[in-house]
Amino acid sequence: MNYDLVIIGGGPAGLAAAIEARENGVESILVLERDRELGGILQQCIHNGFGLHRFKEELTGPEYAERFIMKLHELSIAFKLDTMVLDITEEKLVSAVNTVDGFFQIQAKAVVLAMGCLERTRGAINIPGTRAAGVYTAGTAQRFVNMEGYMVGKDVVIVGSGDIGLVMARRMTLEGANVHAVVELMPYSGGLARNIVQCLNDFDIPLLLSHTVTEVRGESRVEEVVIAKVDEQNRPIEGTEQVITCDTLLLSVGLIPENELSKKASVEINPLTGGPVVNESMETSVPGIFACGNVVHVHDLVDWVTEESCRAGKHAALYIQDKLVKNDDPMVTKAENGVRYIVPHHVQTDNLVDKLTLMFRVDSVYENVRIVIKNNEEKIKSIKKRHLVPAEMESVHLKTRDIEKLQAGTLSVSLELEEVVQ
Amino acid sequence: MYDVTIIGAGVVGTAIARELAKYDLKTVLVDKENDVSNGTTKANSAIVHAGFDCKPNTEKAKMNVRGNEMYEQMCKDLDVPFKKIGSFVVAFDEDDLTTLDKLKKQGEINGVPGLKILSKEEVEKREPNLSKDVIGALYAPSAGIVGSYELAIALAENAADNGVNILLNSPVTNIDKTAEGFQITAGKETLVSHFVINCAGVYADKINNFVNKPTFEILPFIGEYNLFDKSTGDFLNTIVFQAPSSKGKGVVSLPTVEGNFLIGPTSEGPKQPNDLKTSRNGLQELREKGAKVVPNFPFHKVITSFAGLRAKVAHNDFIIEESETANFINVAAIDSPGLTAAPAIAEKVMEMLKDKLVDLQANMTFVPTRRPVTRFMESSNEMKAELIGKDHRYGRVICRCENITEAEIVDMIHRHAGATTVDGVKRRIRAGAGRCQGGFCAPRVMEILARERNVDVLSIVKDKQDSYILTGETKATTVEFV
Amino acid sequence: MSVTELICITCPIGCHLEVEKVINDDNETVSYIVRGNTCKRGEKYGIEEMTAPTRMVTSTVKVDGAHLSRIPVKTSKPIPKESIFECMKVINDVKIHAPVTCGDVIIENFLGLDINIIASRSMKKRTKVTETVNV
Repeated sequence: MNYDLVIIGGGPAGLAAAIEARENGVESILVLERDRELGGILQQCIHNGFGLHRFKEELTGPEYAERFIMKLHELSIAFKLDTMVLDITEEKLVSAVNTVDGFFQIQAKAVVLAMGCLERTRGAINIPGTRAAGVYTAGTAQRFVNMEGYMVGKDVVIVGSGDIGLVMARRMTLEGANVHAVVELMPYSGGLARNIVQCLNDFDIPLLLSHTVTEVRGESRVEEVVIAKVDEQNRPIEGTEQVITCDTLLLSVGLIPENELSKKASVEINPLTGGPVVNESMETSVPGIFACGNVVHVHDLVDWVTEESCRAGKHAALYIQDKLVKNDDPMVTKAENGVRYIVPHHVQTDNLVDKLTLMFRVDSVYENVRIVIKNNEEKIKSIKKRHLVPAEMESVHLKTRDIEKLQAGTLSVSLELEEVVQ
Repeated sequence: MYDVTIIGAGVVGTAIARELAKYDLKTVLVDKENDVSNGTTKANSAIVHAGFDCKPNTEKAKMNVRGNEMYEQMCKDLDVPFKKIGSFVVAFDEDDLTTLDKLKKQGEINGVPGLKILSKEEVEKREPNLSKDVIGALYAPSAGIVGSYELAIALAENAADNGVNILLNSPVTNIDKTAEGFQITAGKETLVSHFVINCAGVYADKINNFVNKPTFEILPFIGEYNLFDKSTGDFLNTIVFQAPSSKGKGVVSLPTVEGNFLIGPTSEGPKQPNDLKTSRNGLQELREKGAKVVPNFPFHKVITSFAGLRAKVAHNDFIIEESETANFINVAAIDSPGLTAAPAIAEKVMEMLKDKLVDLQANMTFVPTRRPVTRFMESSNEMKAELIGKDHRYGRVICRCENITEAEIVDMIHRHAGATTVDGVKRRIRAGAGRCQGGFCAPRVMEILARERNVDVLSIVKDKQDSYILTGETKATTVEFV
Repeated sequence: MSVTELICITCPIGCHLEVEKVINDDNETVSYIVRGNTCKRGEKYGIEEMTAPTRMVTSTVKVDGAHLSRIPVKTSKPIPKESIFECMKVINDVKIHAPVTCGDVIIENFLGLDINIIASRSMKKRTKVTETVNV
C-alpha cells in the first residue's frame, strides 16, 4: 500500500491535519484510528465549552468532533477504524493491523503523528493503600458514564482539580452520585475558574487546595480514603488527616503524551513536554514526520489543537510537494524566567506563512506580568497579562513585520514580574 | 470421594496439583479466591534464586537448589516466560566483601553451580548503570526471572487439562477427621478426601489447626514493590541484591521477564493475613534503598506499586511434613525462596504420597505440555498476517500499551483455570499491565469477559469476589419515547 | 448596598466580577452595577447571575439500535439553574432509537420552558457487521 500522507490517529488533531492537507492539495491521504469511531476523546467530552475560538460558538465535544468528521467525509478522505499501528520506521513505513486487512504495511511520503495522550495513573503518583477496585482515572470514568452508560460509583472523591476532574464532579452528581470533595495538591486549581463555579460551586462540592490523598482503604472495593493537608514541599502534614467514607476515587492528575510509536521512528522527544521536538511546521526531528495535538504537548483547549494540527497538515502538504524549506541553522526557542516550555522548539522563518505562533506554559501563578519575546537578547515584543496560571496554555503571535526582522540565533519567551502569587 | 484435596492454589498448590496429575489420583485443588495464584504468588519478586542465601542442610537450601534445576524444563513445557539472567550480590565496603565470601562458601555447600566473585571492573563492565560505589559482586549464573503468576496459572491449567478439579471461591471453613479420611467444608461444597495437603500460605496455620494442635504460627510479613515502565526494562541485565549487613537488608533491583523493572521488597511484620497495602514510608524506603544501587534510575517512571505477604515462621524454614494427624500434609511457611522451590516441593510431596500409596499407578494419559500461548506482538510480520487470517480477532488490538489482541484475551478466558476477572486477564496476557494500567482497555476487556462468559457486564469484577467495578447503569428509569 | 463577588463563566477567561446591588429608599432593588468584566457578556452574566441564574445542561439519553447505549444531549439554551435536577429527571426517562442526527430535537419545550433537549452527536443505526470500516 502507498499513500502520500498517513495520519496516525483520528481524534481532533488527526482530523484537522488530514483536512488541511487535503485542502492544500494532497490527494492521497489515509487516517488510521484505533478506536471504533473517529473523534477521539472528544466523543466522551459531552460537556460544552469547545469551539469558542474556532467557531465563535460554544459546542460540546461530540459536536466539535462531528464538524470535522463531516468535513472529512465531504472531502472523501480515506480512513480505517479499529486499526492499530504497531510500528513506524524513519523511512516512513507504517505497519498496522485490523480485522479486515490483517497485517499490512504502508509506505508514506509523509506521516503525521496524532496519537494524543494518556492519563497519569494511581501508580504514577504513588497513592499508598490497598489495591481495591473503585480507583479510576477521570477519563476512564468519563467513558464508562458518558459512552457506555455505566456508573462507576455512588460516593466519590476526586483527586486533582484539572478540568476533567471538575467536569466529572458535575457529571457524576447529575447522574445521582454524591461527590464529597475535590482534592488538589497545589495551592491553586488545575482547572478553569468557570468550571469551579459551574461544576463545583453550583453543587456545593468542596475544593480542598493543598490537600492530598494519603491512603486508600478497603479490601475489595474502596471503602474509605484518607486525605491530609500538605506543606510547601507537598508532604502530608501529620495530624491533619481526615477519613472520607466513599466507594470511588477518581484521578485527574495529569496527562502524558503517548509517544511509543514516535520513539520507534527515532523521533527526538523533549523531556519537558514529553512530546516530539518540533519546528514551526510541526515537523519532528525526522524529516517528513510531523506531529500535532496532545502527542506534542498537552493542551487544555481543543481549539488550539486544531490550529496546531492545521499547521502540521499544511506543512506536511508542502513537504510532499517538495516546497518545505530545510534550513541547517534554525532559530532555537528558549523558555526563560517563569516559562516552563515553548512549542515549537525550532523556527525556520522561511516556512512561516503569515505568522509565528509560540505556545507555552508558565511555571507558577502570576499576576500583572509582561510576556517578553526576545531575539538574541533584543526585545521584539512584550504583552501585559493580568493573570497567568500553569493550567492554561498561553500563546503569542508574531506578525509578518516582526518575523522579517528576526535574526538567526535564539528566540526566547520570559516573564517580567511585578508580583508572584503563591 | 477424592484421593487428595489440595488447599491453596498458589504456586506451591498448583505445582503439587500438576505433579499429582501424573498419577492415577482423583485430586481437587481448592482456593478461597475467585482465581488461582491470587495470594502471595501474585505479589513477589518473581526471582528464581540460585540458592546461596539458604543455611546449608535446611529444607530451604535443598528445595531451592533442586527447584532451580527444574525450572528450565518446567517453564518450557508450560510455555511460561523464564530467563536465566544470573544475579549479583553487590558489595560497597570490605565488610560486604567478607559477606560475599561467606555467601559463596554457603552456596557451594548447598550445591549452587558457577558462583564467582567479580571485581569492581568486571561488575562495571556487565552493569554500567550500577552505582560507582560498588566494589565487587558475587555472581550466580543460575539465578533467573520468571512470570510468577503466569507460572502458577499455567501449572493449574496443565493440572486441570490432566484431570485435576479446581474449586474456586471456596474458603475452607472446617475440616473433620473421619474414619476414611477427611471431610472438608469448602464454600458451599463438602469434600471427602483421603489426603489433605495444606498449602494455604498465610492461612496455613489456621487450616492446620482444624485437625491438629497449633504446632506453628504463620507470621505474615509484608513486602512492598515499585514496578516501572518498560522504557526502564534494560536498566540492568542482572538481578542485583545488596549484601545483607548489620545495617539491614537492602532491596532487589531487577528487570522483569515481561520487560519492566522492579524494585523491592521492603519487609515489615508480622501483619494480619489480609493486611495488604502499600504505605508512604514503604514506598519512600524503596526509593532510598534503590537509589543506593542504581542512583541514576528514573524513579518517576513508576507505573504501579504493590504489596505481597510472605508466610514466615519463627524458625525460618519450610515446613513440608505429615502432621500429627496422619494423611494430612502441611506445606507451610513457604516464604522466599518458595517460588523457586515450588517444583521441588511438589516432587517431595509426591514422594511422601508414594510411600503411602504403594499400588499407585501412573496417569498414562498425562500430557506435560500446555497448549502454547500465542503472543501476537512477539510473532514475525508473516506470522501476524497468518494469525489474523486464521482468526480475525488477532487483528483487533484491545490493550494499546502492550498491544494485546482480542483473540489472545478470548483464549485466556476459555482455557482451564481461565480468566474470569479483569485482573485475571491482566495476569494471564498482560492486557492492562502497561503504562496506562487499563485506563483505555478495561471497558473493552470487561465487554469481552461478559460476552465470552455470557454474563452481565455489571457482574464483572476487578480481582476479588466483591471488587465490583460498575455500580449500575446511568438513567435508572425509562419511559419509551417515540 | 451589597456587593457580590462572582467568576464569570461565559468564556474560559473567567473574569472576577463584583456585582453591586443598587437599592432605593424602600429597600427595593433598582439596578446592578457590574465591575471587573472585560466584555459586554460579562455584565449580562453578572446581572443574570444575581436575578435569574441559568446553566447549560449536558447529559446523555438512552439509545437503542446504535453502537453505543447512550447518546449525548444538551439543552438548546441555558435553563434556570434551579431546574437542573428536574431537567435530569426528564432526560433520564427518555429512550430514543437510532439513527439520530446531531441537532435532532429529543424533547420539545420541556418543563414549559420553551427550551428543547437536542442530540449533540449523530449516531447511525447499528448494522450487523461492526467490523473495521474502510472508506
